Amino acid sequence: MFYPLLTGTLDYCLPQVRDFYGNISNHWFIGGAQIQVIIEAQDLKKTFGDIIAVDSISFSVKKGEVFGFLGPNGAGKTSTMKIIACVSPRTSGAIRVFGMDPDNFPAEIKMRLGVVPQETNLDPDFTCYGNLFTYSRYFDIPPDIAHQRTQELLEFVQLQEKKDVAIEKLSGGMKRRLILARALVNNPDLLILDEPTIGLDPQARHLIWERLKLLQAQGNTIVLTTHYLDEAARLCDRLVIMDNGKILVEGSPVDLVKQYVGEEIVEVEKTEDVLSCLSGKNIPFEVIGEYVQIATGSSRDVVRTLFDHCSPHKVLTRPATLEDVFLKLTGRKLRE
Amino acid sequence: MYRFWSIPRITRRAWKVWHRNLVVFFRTWKVNFFPPLIEAFLYLFAIGMGIGTYVKEIDGIPYVNFIAPAILAISVMNSAFFECTYGSYVRMYYQKSFDAMIATPLSIEDVIAGELLWGATRSVLYVIIMLPVLAAFGVISFPTYLLAIPLAFLGGLMFASIAMCFTAITPSIDTLNYPSFLLITPMALFSGTFFPLTLLPVLFQYIGLAFLPLTHLVAIMRMLTLPALTGLLVLHLIWIILVTAVFYIVAINLMRRRLIV
Repeated sequence: MFYPLLTGTLDYCLPQVRDFYGNISNHWFIGGAQIQVIIEAQDLKKTFGDIIAVDSISFSVKKGEVFGFLGPNGAGKTSTMKIIACVSPRTSGAIRVFGMDPDNFPAEIKMRLGVVPQETNLDPDFTCYGNLFTYSRYFDIPPDIAHQRTQELLEFVQLQEKKDVAIEKLSGGMKRRLILARALVNNPDLLILDEPTIGLDPQARHLIWERLKLLQAQGNTIVLTTHYLDEAARLCDRLVIMDNGKILVEGSPVDLVKQYVGEEIVEVEKTEDVLSCLSGKNIPFEVIGEYVQIATGSSRDVVRTLFDHCSPHKVLTRPATLEDVFLKLTGRKLRE
Repeated sequence: MYRFWSIPRITRRAWKVWHRNLVVFFRTWKVNFFPPLIEAFLYLFAIGMGIGTYVKEIDGIPYVNFIAPAILAISVMNSAFFECTYGSYVRMYYQKSFDAMIATPLSIEDVIAGELLWGATRSVLYVIIMLPVLAAFGVISFPTYLLAIPLAFLGGLMFASIAMCFTAITPSIDTLNYPSFLLITPMALFSGTFFPLTLLPVLFQYIGLAFLPLTHLVAIMRMLTLPALTGLLVLHLIWIILVTAVFYIVAINLMRRRLIV
């Protein structure tokens, strides 16, 4: 299999670094370790008629990291995933996956991808085993290796007992697990997961998270979209929050929470006393329904002030989460 | 404006899609082998023996021998056409199989080409099942009828390609009924199948020869099974090859336009 080398194909969008021998290389060197770039996108744009789904976004995903795309419905996450997965051509901008252009080398790129689509599209004409085995053929995997790999993967997602069961007999969680297994038949270098745990019960979600962590530990690069912010916080090394086709922020979950919300959130029942008291003390707050939210570095101080001066009813303190960042940046208005 | 006539880039991976359909077909072979077998008997008895009792012969040919090639040609048409309309539509729209396939090294061109090759193969399989029945009744002649097998592939590919064009533009599975009833059913009756084309008014004869693909398939099939080979075979063959080539290319481009957005 011929893969164009990463080096030399990305000259226009990567910082050039001279290696030990003085040759120009497009790898990033951080702390002496070589960081390969798996996906590099510059001013990526996708339009459907008048609708701008992806609006000139730039991002890069490094080898071995879990990179998340978050955003409300219609933010452009799935469109971005489809461009990366070489199934939807971009309108403009540049993108390289493994250093190759999806427009020119779709088969070569897809050979190394594993895709979990948002929609369950298992083949109902086959059993669980048949689905994985047939899918292996599309990757030119020889039958004996495909057979062995299929067995291993059914075990990996704990479906070995359902080996000969028809797809329609599986529960929603089992189908998602089988799709994850299917995405792994070709031992992909990059996994693209579009809402991997959508509609799953907590047990199934935890199993999938655990499997994804294991895959990451084995050096896989993972790109995922999700609506579950706890999932993103738990899995992602880095993430972007998108809205209306644009990237609003980028960073690690912890940094984003610190930067955009703070350490902790104090929630207090909304009363006239509390509102006037907070305004009087110059403490910034936000009214959400029947509650007042105060983002702070020290909940202790805020709570003390509240109890000393504002005669609050109910008070709750909790750590700030990614959800607070998300709602702060994308607003609370329903999208659809 | 999308280019409907641009030559699609198809790789050998198309055969993987073909193979997938073949595996599914043989896994449910009992259901799939039954219709052509029954169809052959039904036509032979109802039309051949039934109507044949009154219509002893046409142009000096026993009536059953006259319609035997038509039974084969109609079967070629139906199996490929319905496979690549309803069958492909179900795989594309309801099962999302094409979406799953293009996430692998397969391109959409490979997938559609594989579907078309499979539609043609289905025609071949049906003809292979029907030939022994017709041969047992002594209404087709050995060995030229064996050429019906490669012809079934070419004819099947033509009808599969035409069918896929409808699948690519149909808004829903229900609207696929229009080509079935407005194109396929009349064609099965008026393409020189159960009575010679020459019985029709001259204008309709020309329309039949110019626009009805089945006319040409029936004509060649009849030359092979009677046998009555003439130079006209080449003309019919050229017509079929040209039409197949055009629809094959257009079908793939239309499907690409529908699925790659």
